[in-house]
Amino acid sequence: MSFLHNYIYYIGAFGLIFIGLFIILVKHNLIKVIIGISILETGVNLFLIAVGYISKGTAPIFSKPGINANQMVDPVPQALVLTAIVIGVAVLAMALSLAIRLYKHYGTLDLRKIKEQRW
Amino acid sequence: MRKIFSVILLIIICWGIILSLYKIPFGIPKTKVGEYYLNKGKEETGAANIVTSVVLNYRGFDTLGEVTVLFIAAIGLGAVLATLKKKGKRKVEQASLILYTGCRFLFPLILLFGAYVFIHGHLTPGGGFQGGAIIASAFVLVYLGCRGKRINEVSSKTTESLGGLIFIVIGLIGLAIGGHYFLSNFLPKGELNTLFSAGIIPIIYIAIGFKVGSELAGVIDNLFEES
Repeated sequence: MSFLHNYIYYIGAFGLIFIGLFIILVKHNLIKVIIGISILETGVNLFLIAVGYISKGTAPIFSKPGINANQMVDPVPQALVLTAIVIGVAVLAMALSLAIRLYKHYGTLDLRKIKEQRW
Repeated sequence: MRKIFSVILLIIICWGIILSLYKIPFGIPKTKVGEYYLNKGKEETGAANIVTSVVLNYRGFDTLGEVTVLFIAAIGLGAVLATLKKKGKRKVEQASLILYTGCRFLFPLILLFGAYVFIHGHLTPGGGFQGGAIIASAFVLVYLGCRGKRINEVSSKTTESLGGLIFIVIGLIGLAIGGHYFLSNFLPKGELNTLFSAGIIPIIYIAIGFKVGSELAGVIDNLFEES
C-alpha cells in the first residue's frame, strides 16, 4: 500500500502514456489517433512534473515574506513542461489541419481506406 | 492480429521503461540546478515567480525557439489549409439574442482576465503563454456564439509580428549592453513582489501574450473557415 501511496503519480503518468500509445497503435480513425497523441503528451508532462515534486513542497513563488527556498518544488521541470505544452498545441493544430486535408482529398478519415496510410 | 501485435509491443515498451525508471525516487530533491535557481533566482532576476525567471531569463533562448515553433505551426496550418478551394459563403444560422448578447458581454471580460494573467506573470502562476491561450478562448467564444463575426486578419498579423519583434529586439539589446547572453536584464530590478519589478520580464511577457493570443486566434480562424 505504501508503494502505491509513494508512486501513484508515476503510475498515473505511465497509465496515460500507455493508453495513448494503445490508441495510436490500434484505432483506425485519424481523429482518434490525434486524441491518442494528445493523451500521450499529457502523460509525459505529468511524469515530468511528478519527477520534480518534493515532499510537502509549495509552488516556487515567493509570494509571502516568510516563505523559504528549501520548501519549494523543483522549478526546472515546470519550465520545461511549459515549453512542452506549447509545442503540444502546435503539433495538435498541425495534425488537425493535415486531417482536414486528408478528409477533403479522400472523403474519409478511416486509415484502412486511405491507401498510403495503411499498415 | 493487429491488436495482439500492438499489445505485445506495448508490453515490451512497458518493460523497458520500468527497467530504466523504477529507481527514480519520489518526493526528494534531485537536481542541483533547481536548488541554485531557488536560492539565487530571487536576487539575480528580481522575479517572485521562479518558473518565470527560469523561462525568460536563464533559459530565454529556449523560449525564443518555443515561440518560433508556435509561429511556424501557425504558418504551416495556414499554408496547408489555404490551397483548398473556397466554397463561397455558407449559410449561417444566427444565434438567439440571449446567447449573442451574453457572448458580447463576456468577450471584454475574458480579454481583461487574459491581460491580467500575462501582466502578472512574474508574480503569480501564469504568464504570456497562458494569458495568450485565455485571450484565444475569448475568440473561440465569439466564433461559436456570434456567427459571422471574424477577426481582422491584418491587425492580427500585425500584432503577432510586433510581439515577436519586441521579444527579439529586447533580447538583442540585453545581449549588447546588459550582459553576455540573450535576454539579459538591463533595466532596474525594483522591489520584489511589486508589479514594476524584475526588469525586462513583464515587458517580454506582455509581448509574448499578444503574440500567442493573436497567433492562436488566427489558428482558430483558419480551422473555422474550413469546417
